[in-house]
Amino acid sequence: MTGTPSSVPGAISQAVPPPVSEPTARHQIRVTINGSDVAAEVESRLLLADFLRHRVGLTGTHLGCEQGSCGACTVLVDGAAVRSCLMLAPQVDGREIRTVESLAEPDGPLSVIQEAFTNQHGLQCGFCTPGFLCSLTAFAEEAEEDGRDISESDLDAQLDSSFCRCTGYVNIRRAAREAFGFDSGDTHG
Amino acid sequence: MAESSDNGPTVKTPFIGQSRLRVEDDRLLRGDARFVDDLDIPGALEVAFLRSQFAHARIDRIDIAAALESPGVVAVYDGNFVSGHIKPLLNAEELRVPPGIAALNPVNKLQPAPILATDEVNYVGQPVAMVIAESRYLAEDAVELIEVDYHELPAVMDPEAALLADAPLALLGEDNNVGVHVRHGVGDVDLALSSAAVVVEETFATQRYVCAPMEPRGLVARNDPFTEALTVWSTTQTPHRVRDHIAESIGISSDQVRVQSVDVGGGFGQKGILVVEELLIPFAARDLGRTVRWIADRYENLTADAHAREQIHHITLGADADGRLVAVRDNIIVNLGNRNMVGLVVPYNALCHLVGPYRAPNVDIETTGVLTNTTYTSPYRGAGRPEATFAMERAMDRLALELDLEPSELRRRNLITADEMPYRTGILDRRGVPQEYDSGDYPQMLDRAVEMIDLDSVRAAQATVSTGQSHDRSTTWRGIGFAMYLEMTGLGPFEGARAEVTPAGRIRLFTGAPSQGQGHRTVFPQILADALGVRPDQIDVVAGDTDTIPYGVGTIASRALVTAGNAAHQAGINLRARILEAAAEVLEANPADLDMADGIVSIAGSPSVELPLADLIRSIPKQLGGSGSDGLGETSYFQPPNYATASGVHAAVIDVEPSTGRVTIVDYVVVHEAGHIVNPMIADAQVVGGVGQGIGGILCEHMQYDDRGQPLASTFADYLMPVASMVPDIRMDEIVCPSPTNPLGVKGLGEGGAVGPPAAIANAVEDALRNAGRTDIVIASGPLSPSRVLDLLREERHPSP
Ligand code: FES
Ligand code: FES
Repeated sequence: MTGTPSSVPGAISQAVPPPVSEPTARHQIRVTINGSDVAAEVESRLLLADFLRHRVGLTGTHLGCEQGSCGACTVLVDGAAVRSCLMLAPQVDGREIRTVESLAEPDGPLSVIQEAFTNQHGLQCGFCTPGFLCSLTAFAEEAEEDGRDISESDLDAQLDSSFCRCTGYVNIRRAAREAFGFDSGDTHG
Repeated sequence: MAESSDNGPTVKTPFIGQSRLRVEDDRLLRGDARFVDDLDIPGALEVAFLRSQFAHARIDRIDIAAALESPGVVAVYDGNFVSGHIKPLLNAEELRVPPGIAALNPVNKLQPAPILATDEVNYVGQPVAMVIAESRYLAEDAVELIEVDYHELPAVMDPEAALLADAPLALLGEDNNVGVHVRHGVGDVDLALSSAAVVVEETFATQRYVCAPMEPRGLVARNDPFTEALTVWSTTQTPHRVRDHIAESIGISSDQVRVQSVDVGGGFGQKGILVVEELLIPFAARDLGRTVRWIADRYENLTADAHAREQIHHITLGADADGRLVAVRDNIIVNLGNRNMVGLVVPYNALCHLVGPYRAPNVDIETTGVLTNTTYTSPYRGAGRPEATFAMERAMDRLALELDLEPSELRRRNLITADEMPYRTGILDRRGVPQEYDSGDYPQMLDRAVEMIDLDSVRAAQATVSTGQSHDRSTTWRGIGFAMYLEMTGLGPFEGARAEVTPAGRIRLFTGAPSQGQGHRTVFPQILADALGVRPDQIDVVAGDTDTIPYGVGTIASRALVTAGNAAHQAGINLRARILEAAAEVLEANPADLDMADGIVSIAGSPSVELPLADLIRSIPKQLGGSGSDGLGETSYFQPPNYATASGVHAAVIDVEPSTGRVTIVDYVVVHEAGHIVNPMIADAQVVGGVGQGIGGILCEHMQYDDRGQPLASTFADYLMPVASMVPDIRMDEIVCPSPTNPLGVKGLGEGGAVGPPAAIANAVEDALRNAGRTDIVIASGPLSPSRVLDLLREERHPSP
């Protein structure tokens, strides 16, 4: 299976199975990914990130370290930001996952956070970007659920959750400020 | 073209100079990018390497039998097998010595890298065997089963120790550990120093660090049985060079290799040189008739891909009583790693950029590239300039101290002025011809930086500082530092661009210079649109596909805008003429009466006649009595006649927290000059991105080895990367001195941002410590991590001079 899972209500997509020669134990999982039901057979050691990228075809989630440092692989699991390189695929059985592909409808407008990233030139190569977008999306949603106001310094601290090697972070911070309603400090109009 | 017609005649507004939002972003933001590892090719096999665990060892035996039996394994290759099929690796272009430099009698040893080690390994991480399996997981399982008997040999990690007469050889069979050596200068330094009023002599070093783009290196190779050609999708910065290397080393025609850049997640130099993995994967794809994918993981990226920056400078400055430089001497030691991979590139860049924006009549610089049992090195953003600038600008601050001058004032007294442009330094540039700065206004940049950073108020604040070590966390010591640099950008010999009209009436632009995040799909259309008479949104860019343009160099060395940008400009001018000529045939008009805007050809005085490009190109094949020329396309190659010299001043205000050793950047100003700016938003962001990397370099990044050659940082838990809170909102200003070396008047700026921060911040930290009474501390190297700063503070106070 490749591409975004079909969003036809009630349809169940089947993920690509493990290689035949894979020696570790297999598990049947059912997981909701970007609103679609996905059934999959996964091996014990399969990283969630690899499951999403290579078995479900959602390659928007990137791997920058596979060790929990860089944040590039961040997705939302039951609404919380999770590093998908630190979770195994069998662990997401029965859970709900959202990836960067879900942040905007395929032909619809970008989300407020995505829009701010382009307005503020908050991405260069774009490899780190899905991680920042998912992390900030979870951050905004959690604050809203808790009825909490986000201060500018909370927002700045949240940005330390991911690495970006291209931008020097300044425009990422501007994008985040724009998205969260603060003065972006942008100098290019 | 964009037009505005408020009142009176229509004014055409050039697209060059506009901060246009990027056309790249939408796909990237939606997760629809196609990085190499995103390509979905059914049946693709994956690769894992067995890499040396020893810094230096003899290989007595390799046994791959068990690995071959491991589940899912398709093939296992060792050095003995591949050495019969793939020629050893040489980065031939980088190793070339131009005739002018050859006249300096340099040492530049050719030390081809074995594709897989056969009898000797020279660094931890060197590929010894390659396993190809159904998945990376299965390939890594099999790697565990390969048996290798190593006999450990003496190893050397420290470049100065490697130069001692009794040092172990890093690479057996060589006479010594010198890979590169050149000495060059002008005037008589000994004489000048003997009569100088002040002489400072110091050692400054830049530690080893790693480009570490967020996407590590990777490639996918597929052999197509129909065409018998190889397609290689790659993260490379230099696709045409990779094409030629693959063809040459596996013995096929370059027509049988197509290298395509896809979305690439940063490069910074690491992806600008060719490594053995990039030959092995295409070879295996051909050997097996299967698609093969290798994506380096972070462990490989940090320990087994190119490192950079490690240099030691023993520098001497002599000045007269007013602080005017009379002599500069430097003895530069560059740690090349296990072999000479890229020749003079970094050592000579350091040499010819050392003195930078200053006037120095007598110069003597010796640079030695030394082999050690560490991974090989590549240029990294700035390629010798950040290291040289660190030495020179630290030394300038030491000289200012000797002379009791404000460091910015000492700099001002020595700057080459705008009137002196073009300025010849008296030494040879990297091409081996007399070095000439084309344009610039260094004093103006410095004045603006001093004003923006508000030097006077920082000095006033410093006057109230409490001195002495304090354990009160609220105590901070403030310091200010400057760094100036220049950068000869737009490296030749050429870059190409092909512009053509598509059947749908759009324009496609092909170039050999791919993007790793620089926004070529946004910037190049701004240039081409102006030259051609279309809108940027009518242009699609295909960059870094070797089948679409026969020759190319790539995106390295701050060159893409200067070389590919001017090639696109020329191609646009030529294509416009070709379009108007063809339209004249179709419309039976005089080409001189025709104009084109927004991709529609019109005739002066006949407003009812409009010929869109789609109609024009469709009518050409059917045009009876036409010229018979083919469709509408033009290729241009631009060869820069000289470097376009960009420059900058960085000014940093920092606070040191003496209780913790933490350095916080309070304010950071960049004033730079890079000729005409095509897209200010993107240009500024390139500078800021470089500043971020420079800040990482001086505050946290360090690739260390232990004394047996084991890398001490193999994950991002040990290799400390800069994060958002370390980089303040950089304040920027720019001046414009158009380059006379190219029609667009542009200069490269991709690297400049990374050049200034190490020196500016180290100068600021030393200034802070000095102001707090620690006049004994000389900051000789980075990274200025909290523990390192605490160590400096704890060091025994030397008696004040
Ligand atoms: S890839 Fe998961 S945190 Fe880096
Ligand atoms: S945009 Fe390239 S790593 Fe962030």
